[in-house]
Amino acid sequence: MKRYFREISVAGALVVLLLALAIFAPAFYQPQPLISLLTREAPTLVVACGMALVIISRQIDISVGSQFAVCSVSGGLLAAQGWPLPLACLASIVVGGLMGAFNGWLIAGLRLPSIVVTLATMVTWREALRWLRQGQFVNLPDGTQWFGLSQSAGQWTLIVAALIILIALAFSMKHLAAGRFVYAVGTDAEAARLAGIRPQLTTFAVFVFMGALVGLAAMMNVVQSPQVDPKSGFGLELKVIAAVVVGGVAISGGRGKLWGVFAGLLLLACISPALTHLHIEAYWEKAIQGAIILLAVVADGLRTRKQTN
Amino acid sequence: MKFLLQLSAVTKSFGAVRALKGVSFDLQAGEVHALLGENGAGKSTLIKVITGAHQPDGGSIAINGERVTHLTPASAHKLGIACIYQQPALFPDLTVAENIGLRLESAGAFHRVNWAARTKRALELLQRIGADISPDAEVRSLSMPEQQLVEIACAIGAGARIVIMDEPTASLTQKEQHLLFAVVKDLRANGVGVIYISHRLEEIFALADRVTVLRDGESIGTHRVEEMNEALLIKLMVGREVAAIYPPSESTPGNVVLSLKNLSCAAGGVNQVNLEVRAGEIVGLAGLVGAGRTELARTLFGITPADFGEIYLSGQCVRISSPAEAVAHGIAYVPEDRRRHGVILEMPIAHNMTMAIHQRIFPGAWLRFGAEKTLALDYIRDLAIKAYGPGAPGGSLSGGNQQKVSLARWLATKPKLLILDEPTQGVDVGAKSEIHKIIRRLAKEGLAVLMISSDLPEVLGMSDRIAVMREGTIVSELPGKSDAHEVMAAALGQTEAAK
Repeated sequence: MKRYFREISVAGALVVLLLALAIFAPAFYQPQPLISLLTREAPTLVVACGMALVIISRQIDISVGSQFAVCSVSGGLLAAQGWPLPLACLASIVVGGLMGAFNGWLIAGLRLPSIVVTLATMVTWREALRWLRQGQFVNLPDGTQWFGLSQSAGQWTLIVAALIILIALAFSMKHLAAGRFVYAVGTDAEAARLAGIRPQLTTFAVFVFMGALVGLAAMMNVVQSPQVDPKSGFGLELKVIAAVVVGGVAISGGRGKLWGVFAGLLLLACISPALTHLHIEAYWEKAIQGAIILLAVVADGLRTRKQTN
Repeated sequence: MKFLLQLSAVTKSFGAVRALKGVSFDLQAGEVHALLGENGAGKSTLIKVITGAHQPDGGSIAINGERVTHLTPASAHKLGIACIYQQPALFPDLTVAENIGLRLESAGAFHRVNWAARTKRALELLQRIGADISPDAEVRSLSMPEQQLVEIACAIGAGARIVIMDEPTASLTQKEQHLLFAVVKDLRANGVGVIYISHRLEEIFALADRVTVLRDGESIGTHRVEEMNEALLIKLMVGREVAAIYPPSESTPGNVVLSLKNLSCAAGGVNQVNLEVRAGEIVGLAGLVGAGRTELARTLFGITPADFGEIYLSGQCVRISSPAEAVAHGIAYVPEDRRRHGVILEMPIAHNMTMAIHQRIFPGAWLRFGAEKTLALDYIRDLAIKAYGPGAPGGSLSGGNQQKVSLARWLATKPKLLILDEPTQGVDVGAKSEIHKIIRRLAKEGLAVLMISSDLPEVLGMSDRIAVMREGTIVSELPGKSDAHEVMAAALGQTEAAK
């Protein structure tokens, strides 16, 4: 109970918000807008899962937004060339994985700090894409949007896919040796190395996995519209890092649960519609999100201070 | 006679450990007073009390004849106390003049720096101690002794009357030592009192006027250097009888498990080590701090891989370039700093115990919590670990029990060779004797044990054979029930004096 205090308090805050909405603004619970909200957040959830792994292993990846754009455009172009959608998805995952491998090579192989490496790759990928595409949208062929299904079936497919990934990852982090390596490396890389774990390999793998998840998330976003925006994913890194931190993952590594990240993401995502329904001006959205993030960081700070005293 | 510094009956405890048990010490103007003692005798604690880094629990301190209470690093500095550590505490990215200026200029944060005056003063101070160092040089580009000279220049510039030098010559060449000695003698001639700590007895005879020997947190006596000789000093340092509390050896050494031929690692400071460890044998690795014992263990375990020489395991020549390879070859290393590297404090002890055996206990990728719990319960019972269960976080255990968890992690790898680095450091007496019994039992079961310890009685009481290291190499091999004097003499490089 005490161990999961952070996760439980985020989930608690989410429940309080949902209850308040049920009482003061029952209109929030119309199915269609809710499903749309969840569909929009499904790709973000997938990226946030990857980011949770990265932060648990005591690294950070701020290039995910740019990776997302590159994957979206590459996947979209291949689909426009007539590639079947599953193949285009696979290609996008591979492209993402390669970009992740590049980050991982610089960070784990050359032992450079991840914040600087991913800052550089963030700018590089984004600008390279702008130069290559000149801001052009990619028009997708018919039958790409919603996988050629009806809108509602497509939406449900995306929501369920995101949830499956969340559950599979949460399970793996607990039940796979690899998951424990990530926690061990994030807590104390030197201790892990002395125990015969290979911290550099673990870190590299985490970044490759992050990239692959971004590739998948990008395609989950691409199929939601008839065109691919080359600027998609702009600011995504901040959104997912916020969700991860609010969800109780310690920014200093080694601690955090994926279901907490899920709650954190939902909490942040619900603020905007909640404000609309509670008739509060939308300007407040960012301020409230900022306050929640601060609260989460302060809670972590107090927790670690209590531990060290 | 004028006393710059007088300590009387100073006591200091850390938890249950009594580091200083009523030490009295004094320093006169214009003398070099050497402080001598083996590892853990209380020298560092005494120095930290004098510099204000530690508050004494009892006793009194007088500086220039006046009693001082609540000495802090800042007030000690004002009273003219300066300490030059073995590792100079300078800012590597700033120039020499900037470093000196930072220490000596007391202006506020928005005071405009007079660069010409700063450089001039730095140059004057450096010239006064005969150091040929440019004030504009970045400290990063200076050698260790040059950095020490900069520290001394700071001390002189601050008008220090009491200068403490903690093993200043540990990393110096012969020529640099002479330069340093000249500076120390110059300080003495100018009426400064120098407290000089060194493990090199010949320096004490060359430099000091008086010598105080500390042992187990007590002052064994202060003598004029002329009245002493090396053998007498070693005897004072070692003193006590080896208590008969250590369990007797029950094993007979079997086949050679580990054999090292000229093993060297330049980066780790390990130089041409030859050593054999047999199955069922406990080999104690003795030596002073910095003699290269931990470095040898780290080289053996592939943390800082060897760059020369050979490692034979059960007769086979192997190359070990990472801890993972060392584990695969059947080497286990229980590291010195268990809070940092031995046990992951946030993780349950069961997870800690399986940390090094994932491939074996979890074939395939899936963790099997049942198997893990059984293993953890076995070790909890076997090593008598006091914890509420396998799920208890490592951080919730006492030091001795954490050490046992660390040990369990490595025993679980079923090693052939177990390297223990300070296995009972910071562990209470009860747990210490339990750990000794466990080590004995492991040797009896046929494990080859290499035990590093700075606790001389422990080395003497536990080892079947003792290898003494000094300056990165093994200088002497002695049988298990050797005399403490002999071990200490070898560690100090005084094999002739002990005979």
